[in-house]
Amino acid sequence: MDSKAIKIAANNVQVYYGDTHAIKDVDVQIEDKTVTAFIGPSGCGKSTFLRCLNRMNDTIDICRVEGDILLDGEDIYDKRVDPVQLRAKVGMVFQKPNPFPKSIYDNVAYGPRIHGLAKNKAELDDIVEKSLRRAAIWDEVKDRLDAPGTGLSGGQQQRLCIARAVATEPEVLLMDEPCSALDPIATAQVEELIDELRSRYSVVIVTHSMQQAARVSQKTAFFHLGNLVEFGETGQIFTNPEDPRTESYITGRIG
Amino acid sequence: MALSWLLLILLALAVIGFFAGRSRALASAGGNVRDLHSLPSYYGYNVALTALVPAVGVLIVWLLAQPMIVNSTVSGLIPDQALLEGSDRGLIMSEVRRVAYGLDGAVASGAMTETQARNGNADTDALTKTLKDAGQILTQDVTQPILVAAQKFRSMTSSGTVAMQVVVLALALLGAAFAYVRTHKEFRARNVVEQGVLALLLLAASIAILTTIGIVLSMLFETMNFFQLHSWKDFFFGSTWAPNFRGGSELSILPLLWGTLYISVIALLVAVPIGLFAAIYLSEYASGITRSIAKPLLEILAGIPTIVYGLFALLTVGPALVSMFGDGGILGVDWMASSNAVLTAGLVMGIMLIPFVSSLSDDIINAVPQTMRDGSLGLGATHSETVRNVILPAALPGIVGAILLAASRAIGETMIVVMAAGAIAKFSGNPFEAMTTITTRIVSQLTGDTDFASPETLVAFALGLTLFIITLGLNIFALYIVRKYREQYE
Repeated sequence: MDSKAIKIAANNVQVYYGDTHAIKDVDVQIEDKTVTAFIGPSGCGKSTFLRCLNRMNDTIDICRVEGDILLDGEDIYDKRVDPVQLRAKVGMVFQKPNPFPKSIYDNVAYGPRIHGLAKNKAELDDIVEKSLRRAAIWDEVKDRLDAPGTGLSGGQQQRLCIARAVATEPEVLLMDEPCSALDPIATAQVEELIDELRSRYSVVIVTHSMQQAARVSQKTAFFHLGNLVEFGETGQIFTNPEDPRTESYITGRIG
Repeated sequence: MALSWLLLILLALAVIGFFAGRSRALASAGGNVRDLHSLPSYYGYNVALTALVPAVGVLIVWLLAQPMIVNSTVSGLIPDQALLEGSDRGLIMSEVRRVAYGLDGAVASGAMTETQARNGNADTDALTKTLKDAGQILTQDVTQPILVAAQKFRSMTSSGTVAMQVVVLALALLGAAFAYVRTHKEFRARNVVEQGVLALLLLAASIAILTTIGIVLSMLFETMNFFQLHSWKDFFFGSTWAPNFRGGSELSILPLLWGTLYISVIALLVAVPIGLFAAIYLSEYASGITRSIAKPLLEILAGIPTIVYGLFALLTVGPALVSMFGDGGILGVDWMASSNAVLTAGLVMGIMLIPFVSSLSDDIINAVPQTMRDGSLGLGATHSETVRNVILPAALPGIVGAILLAASRAIGETMIVVMAAGAIAKFSGNPFEAMTTITTRIVSQLTGDTDFASPETLVAFALGLTLFIITLGLNIFALYIVRKYREQYE
């Protein structure tokens, strides 16, 4: 595990919402081809930090980010970096499935079309099929690619959103509580999918479920009140945490 | 006793009833509020409302019905030979009313006694003089039949008014007494009061609906009258609009409909892009401060009376267009002769519709969930790609609904076209020519000296009903589309 390259390195990150100091002094190294889980009680800043990694916080007027976040050694908050280009490289899957009110095909083809990834219809078809297969939903939708994406079930919608995210060939995939709106069966499918995605991408997942973090991740970061309390191997965090707060949280005494 | 005194008495009765009911309820519970079924004030409201509502209801009905009954009775008293050449029963009746009010006024000012006023054999010339000296307004000398009718009118009105006062007061007292006797700690005053309030709300809602039905029915009857006088084939399928009050008119709606639709299309061509782009800017790009200033400013446009838009068209836009497209204009073409033209009316109507389109579209764009925007931005789309590819398609059904509503406003708009479109009914594709619309023809057919038995006047109702049906259809279609869209995200 240690041999893996560092994909994202965050040093001394501070985030403010207006006057509120939401994230304090966070340092995290996210490895390539690894699933990193962010856990912590509600309002601890894990989602906020996740949204810093692809500059989605830029869309919130009052949000201010300080510190360095390096993607492959390049500062993503540098003026020369176009946040739009960055988000193509760092894809995101949201808490609530949010397929566009378009057909399943158009949902997946959205990113490739915007970024000009396909030269012709055949290539686009190919990308759509590959992405849907990678998101383990191809068999369910291959006969109704023209049906609206909003007509799928919740679990299918979320997998469609994952397919949509992987269709742009991102290097990192951020997932903000991707299973919180799903039932256990759909959750199991998505978790299985995350494990497969690990072979190609670096995956960062925010989750409220500690079992889920334990199941899918190799690295875990525990946030509490805007601080990164502990970061390390998942196995170690869950069996032998160093910090008493981490232990309290994972044993269910706080949070 | 004047009406205002009656109302004051009713009000006083209600107030007394309120306090009496409240204290009786409290007394029945031995002063302990917890033993009452409802709060003490509910018992008070129960007594007050039971006293007030039926009495006021009867009062309103009586006030509406009495003049009608008196009029029809008195009008039957006037012999046909009393009708002068060139006048009719309606004119005689207004003279009767004038004399009756004159007598009332003269009695009140002391110029004559009540007995004199009631004297059916009085000398009409002397009476006329007395009334005129007393400062009462008469348009002609009082004649014997008119005097008799006026005296009948007076006596019926005064006895009717007395009867009304007695009935209304009795009803109020009975209601108050009934509710007061019923007041007891077990009595469910709260439920009764709430039922009463519900009935009031229902009444208000049904008045609105009944009025609509009334409007439609009145138009329908007049339209049927029209079609008895004029062929429906000419109205719906003819090609000429040439009303002629001497008869033999050609009254076809088609040239008017053409003008209406042409002007509306130009208005929409102006309003839809500008309104939609303004809505996109305001809801997606503008900062909070800009929006808080620009949105109310845009909505001020919606508050400008349409007659002012008409003036704007007549005095500013029309001449400006002539100076561009007219003879000796900037463009060196001679396309436009007068400032009254389809283009003038269409442009100004388009300006009028901008806030309509932008405000509705803004609401609809804001209703697109933020998760849609996040989803698109998270895939590396720029803001404008997000607007174009995700937000607009998602909002499209709603925007179409907004456009249809704007279209129905354009079709029904009157003042701007009256002032700016001209009066020539014809089929033409030239936007620089004057044309006319359904609404302007309704105005011109009904203004001035009109005879409600000629097809030239009655055609206004047929035009109005057709217009109503067109806009109603558009509105229903628009609401259907808007509603269908709303369901998508709820």
